[in-house]
Amino acid sequence: MATLARGALAETGLSKKDAERAKNMFALGLLCWMYHRPTESTERFLREKFARRPDLAEANVLAFRAGWNYGETTESFAVTYEVAPAPLDTGTYRQITGNTALAYGIVAAGQQSGLPVFLGSYPITPASDILHELSKHKAFGVTTFQAEDEISGIGSAIGAAFGGALGVTTTSGPGISLKSEATGLAVALELPLLVIDVQRGGPSTGLPTKTEQSDLLQAMFGRNGESPLPVIAPRSPGDCFDAAIEATRLAVTYRTPVILLSDGSLANGSEPWKVPDVADLPAINPGFATEANATDGSGEFWPYQRDDETLARPWAVPGTAGLEHRIGGLEKADGKGSISYDPDNHDRMVRLRQAKIDNIPVPDVLVDDPDGNSELLVLGWGSTYGPIGAAARRVRAMGLSVAQAHLRHLNPLPANLGDVLRAYKTVLLPEMNLGQLALLLRGRYLVDVKSYTKVSGLPFKAEELQNVFLDALKGDLL
Amino acid sequence: MTALDLGLPSLGGLDGVPTTDEKQTAKEYTSDQEVRWCPGCGDYAVLAAVRGFLPQLGLRRENVVFVSGIGCSSRFPYYLNTYGMHSIHGRAPTIATGLAVTRPDLSVFVVTGDGDALSIGGNHLIHAVRRNINMTILLFNNRIYGLTKGQYSPTSEVGKITKSTPMGSLDHPFNPLSVVLGAEATFAARTIDANRAQLTEVLTAAAAHRGTSFVEIYQDCPIFNDGAFDVIRRGGDEAKQRIIPLKHGEPIRFGLDGEFGVIRSEDGYGLRVAPIAEVGEDAVVVHDEHRDDPSFAFALSRLSDQDLTHTVTGVFRNVDRMTYDDGARQQLKDARSTGQADLGTLLRGKDTWTVGAE
Repeated sequence: MATLARGALAETGLSKKDAERAKNMFALGLLCWMYHRPTESTERFLREKFARRPDLAEANVLAFRAGWNYGETTESFAVTYEVAPAPLDTGTYRQITGNTALAYGIVAAGQQSGLPVFLGSYPITPASDILHELSKHKAFGVTTFQAEDEISGIGSAIGAAFGGALGVTTTSGPGISLKSEATGLAVALELPLLVIDVQRGGPSTGLPTKTEQSDLLQAMFGRNGESPLPVIAPRSPGDCFDAAIEATRLAVTYRTPVILLSDGSLANGSEPWKVPDVADLPAINPGFATEANATDGSGEFWPYQRDDETLARPWAVPGTAGLEHRIGGLEKADGKGSISYDPDNHDRMVRLRQAKIDNIPVPDVLVDDPDGNSELLVLGWGSTYGPIGAAARRVRAMGLSVAQAHLRHLNPLPANLGDVLRAYKTVLLPEMNLGQLALLLRGRYLVDVKSYTKVSGLPFKAEELQNVFLDALKGDLL
Repeated sequence: MTALDLGLPSLGGLDGVPTTDEKQTAKEYTSDQEVRWCPGCGDYAVLAAVRGFLPQLGLRRENVVFVSGIGCSSRFPYYLNTYGMHSIHGRAPTIATGLAVTRPDLSVFVVTGDGDALSIGGNHLIHAVRRNINMTILLFNNRIYGLTKGQYSPTSEVGKITKSTPMGSLDHPFNPLSVVLGAEATFAARTIDANRAQLTEVLTAAAAHRGTSFVEIYQDCPIFNDGAFDVIRRGGDEAKQRIIPLKHGEPIRFGLDGEFGVIRSEDGYGLRVAPIAEVGEDAVVVHDEHRDDPSFAFALSRLSDQDLTHTVTGVFRNVDRMTYDDGARQQLKDARSTGQADLGTLLRGKDTWTVGAE
C-alpha cells in the first residue's frame, strides 16, 4: 500500500518518505469505496486539518482518492458492503468521547448550579484528558489545579467545596486508593464533592491503558469506618455527560462526596451524541445556609442540624456572618456539631450518615423485556451496556427471549431492583471484574445472581455475550 | 510551552479581604469550646497571642479561616470563633490551597506541627511554598509527637530516646527554615512561644505578606519533651547568648552586650558567628529580608544549631513573587473577557450533523 500511495503522489514533488506517510489516507479511501461511504466530509476534514500546509492537504486528498479509485478500478475485491444508517432520534449530533462528555458535564453542572468549578487533579492515565479538557474552559469559571499528588488533588477540592465551589477530583485506580482517606474526610465533613474514577486494569499499576470495572467494591467500601457515599456509573461515552450532572445533583443536594465510576473504554471510546438542549438541563440548587438554625433558641448556627427530609446538613460558607463554625474529621455531636466522644451519639451519627445515603430517591431500574415473558434477565452496569444490548438484539433476532436492565445508580440501588431480580428465573450479570456487583446483589437481595466475568483488559464482544446468553437460556451456566 | 508574565500588581496579604471598622476583641475570637491541651503546653501561649493579634487585623471575622491537620496543635481551629476545619494528617496545606484559590476574600491560616507538616505532610508543605499560595502557615515545633504520646519527630535531635527509639533515634532532623527556604519560601520566620511580643510582630508581618508565609514557632511540650527549648525560652543571659534576633536593615548582632555578630564565612559562602571585637563592626552582616536570592536567608537558617547553641529568630525572608492563586484568578478573568462562554456552543462543538427532520 505504501508503494501505491507513493505512486499516487509521484507528481506532487513530495519526498518519498513524506509520500509514504499518506498511505493511511490511501487505505481510508479504499475502505470508503468498500463500504460505500461518502467522501466529501473526509476531504473537507483533510483540507481543514492541513489548512496551513495546502501542499500536504492536497497530497492527503490525492492519496485518499487514489485509494477509492483503486477499489473501483482494480476489481481486487469481490465484495463490498453497505451499512444502513443507525436508527437515531431526530436531533443534532456530534461525536464525543467519554472523557470529553464528562468534562462537559462538569462544566454544565457548574453552570446549572451557579457554582464555580474547582478541579484538583494529578495526571494519570486514562483520566488526564478530563483535566486537559477542563483546563480549556476557564471562561465558564472553571479553575483547574494540577496538584503535587493525588491527595492534594482531592484535598484542594475539599477546600474549594468548604469555600462554596463545586469541588471535583479526577483519577484512576491507584489514585482512588490514595484518595481514600480524604474521601472519608469528605464523608465526615458532609460537603459536596465529585470523585471521578476512570477505572483501569488493576491491582496496583496494573494495565493503565486497558479497561476494567474492578473498583466498584473500593468505591463502595474502600474507606475506614462506616463511610457510605453515592456511587453512579455512566453506560456510554455520551452518558458521561448526564452522569456528571446527576452526580453533582446528588453531591450538592445531599452534601456528600459522590464517586462516579467511568472506565477506560468509556473514557477513550466515542459515539454519536445527541447534543442536549441547554434549556432541558436540570437546575441544581446549592441552597447555602444564610441564618442561624439552632433548635434551642440560642441563636447559634449548628452545622450538623439536618434537613428533615434529605438528612443533609446546611452548607454555610466562609464569609457568611454569624455562621462561623468548625468542622473536621472527628466525630461531631448530632446537631450542634461540636466534637463528641459520646457512645450513643456516635452510634446515632453513624446510622444518620448511612440513612442519608440509603434514603436518596433514585429512579427505578427500567427493564427492556419486549415480549414480557423472558425467563432470563441480563443485568449490567457501566460500560457493558453497549455489548450487552448488542448481544441481546442478536439473541432476540434468533426468536429467543431475553430481558435487559442496566444500573446507573449503584449506591443506593433503585427501590424496585429486588422485585425485578426476583421476577426472573435466571439473572445473569456480566462484569469486567470477578463478580463485584453480583456479590453486592446476592448479599443484599438473597437472589442467586449468576456472574459472567472477564478481566482481560478488553470490553465484552457482542458475539461472546450472545453465546453466554444462549447458554443461560439453555440452563448451561456454571 | 512558553513562560508568561501575568503582570500582576503587587498586593498585600490581606488585600481583597473585607474589613470592619468595629473594634474587635480577643473574646470575640474565642469559641465556646473548652481548650484541652495539657497544663503548661506552649500552645496556650500561641493561642493567646493569636486571639490577641487577630482583632488588630481589622478583618471581618467571618472572612478568617483556620485549617489544621492532625496533632495537638491541630486542635487550634476549635478554639477560635472563625470558620475552621480540622482536617486529616498532613493535608491542611492542600485544603487551604483549594480555599485560597477560589476565595480571594478570605484570610487563610494553616496550623500544623513538626510531624504534621514535615513528616506526613512534607510534600504538601514544600509545594504550597513553591506555589506561593496566599496563606499563613504556623508550624508549632515541639520536636516530638505529643498526641500519639511521645515518639521522636522529624525535628528531634539525633540519639533521642523515645518510646519508639529506646536506643536513640537515628534520623537526622530537618531544620524547618532550611526546608522551606530550599523551596524558595517568599516569607519565612521563626519565633518562640514564650516571646509574645515577637510572636505578634512576626504574625502581623506574615499576614501582611502576599503569598505563603511560613512561621516556625518553637513550642514546649511539658509532657513528652519538657524543657526542650528552656535554654532559649527562659530569657536572661543564657538566651541572649544563644538567640540571634533579626531586624531588617540592622547589623545582625547578639550577646549580652551585642558582642557577637554574624559575618560572612571565609570559605566564600554561608555565614558564621564571630566576636565583633575580633572581626570589627564593619564585618557584621546587615540583615536584608527583601534579598531576592534565597541563599542569604538559607545561610541564616544554617546558623541555628540543633543543640540550640545558636538560634536565629525573626523574619528571615520577605520578598514579592507572583502568587499561584492571583495568577489562577487572573487567567479566569482573562478567559472571561473574551466572552466565549456559551454552554450550547461548547456542547455543539465544531462538527455536527442532523438526523431526521430534513
